[in-house]
Amino acid sequence: MSTAKTEREPLFSAKTKKLLLGPLNKENPITVQVLGICSALAVTVKLEPAFVMALSVTIVTAMSNLTISALRNTIPPRIRIIVQLVVIAALVILVDQVLKAYMYDVSKQLSVFVGLIITNCILMGRLEAFAMANKPFDSFVDGIGNGVGYGIILIVVAFFRELLGSGTIWGFRVIPQAFYDMGYVNNGLMILPPAALFLVGIIIWIQRSKNPDLQEEN
Amino acid sequence: MKSLRKQLDKIKPQFQKGGKFEKLHSTFDAFETFLFVPDKTTTRGSHIRDSIDMKRTMSIVVISVIPALLFGIWNVGHQHFLSLAQTVGFWDKVLFGLGKVLPIIIVSYVTGLAIEFAFAQVRHHEVNEGFLVTGMLIPLIVPPDVPLWMVAIATAFAVIIGKEVFGGTGMNILNPALTARAFLFFAYPAFMSGDKVWIADKADAFSGATPLAEAAAGTAGGTVNFSHSFMDMFLGVIPGSVGETSTLAILIGAVILAYTGIGSFRIMLSVVLGGIFMGGLFNLVAVNSYMEVPFYYHLVMGGFAFGAIFMATDPVTAAQTNKGKVIYGFLIGVMAVLIRVLNPAYPEGMMLAILLMNVFAPLIDNYVVEANIKKRLKRMKPVKA
Repeated sequence: MSTAKTEREPLFSAKTKKLLLGPLNKENPITVQVLGICSALAVTVKLEPAFVMALSVTIVTAMSNLTISALRNTIPPRIRIIVQLVVIAALVILVDQVLKAYMYDVSKQLSVFVGLIITNCILMGRLEAFAMANKPFDSFVDGIGNGVGYGIILIVVAFFRELLGSGTIWGFRVIPQAFYDMGYVNNGLMILPPAALFLVGIIIWIQRSKNPDLQEEN
Repeated sequence: MKSLRKQLDKIKPQFQKGGKFEKLHSTFDAFETFLFVPDKTTTRGSHIRDSIDMKRTMSIVVISVIPALLFGIWNVGHQHFLSLAQTVGFWDKVLFGLGKVLPIIIVSYVTGLAIEFAFAQVRHHEVNEGFLVTGMLIPLIVPPDVPLWMVAIATAFAVIIGKEVFGGTGMNILNPALTARAFLFFAYPAFMSGDKVWIADKADAFSGATPLAEAAAGTAGGTVNFSHSFMDMFLGVIPGSVGETSTLAILIGAVILAYTGIGSFRIMLSVVLGGIFMGGLFNLVAVNSYMEVPFYYHLVMGGFAFGAIFMATDPVTAAQTNKGKVIYGFLIGVMAVLIRVLNPAYPEGMMLAILLMNVFAPLIDNYVVEANIKKRLKRMKPVKA
């Protein structure tokens, strides 16, 4: 990452653009790096909690990246993991409290998984791999990119799980009653966690067949 | 025959590279090899080829399930009229059964083959024959009342997620037919369990409980009251999935499979042994009414026999080594009875037991091979020293 430093980089140079958009596709945290799978299985039964979860993770990743990057020259290397955890934990508790105060229902649905953002591999991964070695603004953009990359997959999976499993989208019934009268039944498998695994698998399948450079040679 | 060959030869160039229908070459291939032994000659490696190729292997499996299918068709009709308390002739029952079973078979084949052909076309390989068997097995392991669109979705799921994802026939980890059934079981539990679905268009007042459901009542502290005798279960005049009820008809298939060597008799026997072992163990412990069910009942109830003969022996998903086959089969039998008796949420343990052991089959093989290598290395040592 040590490109020659120019005096004043434009706010959105090609590099920052890559930081922001890379995680959406070829460096996607879930489908390519296979991180954060646990929460992807747990919170994607309905679209609303999935969206809130995606938002929370994006905020925490971006802010923790920013903070750690700002502190990076003062953190003693031997205790850096502890310092990183303290920053993440503080942010997660903030997010958790905000959710409890303003979105109590969603907070209850997400239950323990908001707290478990602390252990989400994407966060530590980004801090270790990026924020410790890059400037605050780049790190912030990188955090946003990865959070959104994670969020996109969550939302796509949740969309299909809610549509097929409950016949609703964001809580609104979209499959007309006439279908049910004709014998249509909601798919119970979609409500179970394995369905998320299947859907993530299918997304990975499609993504890899579209991007040949992601495939291993054999 | 000759004229057919000539006709095929005439249109063949159009399907080869550069021909008009080049894109449909795998479709043509599939039909040609279905009718005739392939005329391909090998260019390297072994030059001796057996005329038992995959198509003929699969055809024999299909032939071996026909007794179970025919009996199933009759039984669907029989159970229906029995529940209505009507006495009708043999052919009326068969006709009713055909009306129920035939659509399921057609839906399963059309869906599955359409997907197989599409994948073969896209991936430029031949259409694999594996689906001939899967398409036949799926209708046999679903309740006669299952809605057809569910069969279609389950078949599509089994072929795409169960097989094509891993690279098509021969590469799958799980038995595709059982994948379809597991999908149905978890996706639409109301249509795959309970007392209502096992008899087609049942009269409401008539109890349609399968022996397994009656036995499951014994887990919760109740007593097991079978409304069918052991002989009824063996012959198959009980409610249940289309092809699984008659142990006798399945045994005829077993003889065909074992005699031709296409289904491994080691697996069949060891599954039965595993079932007897676990059933016998429960008989000895016998702390609730289900455990007291004599062990031989387990072999004729539900899908045990069908699974042991047609599902566990699937050459792709089973263990490959002889020792591995015995371990694999034995554990299937043990697991099936274990799940049935101890977990009331899953009255039929056979499906889950086979799927579970499918996953473990490569591991078992690995250890069998490792053990053999170790054994032979030991033999070598004295020579070295």
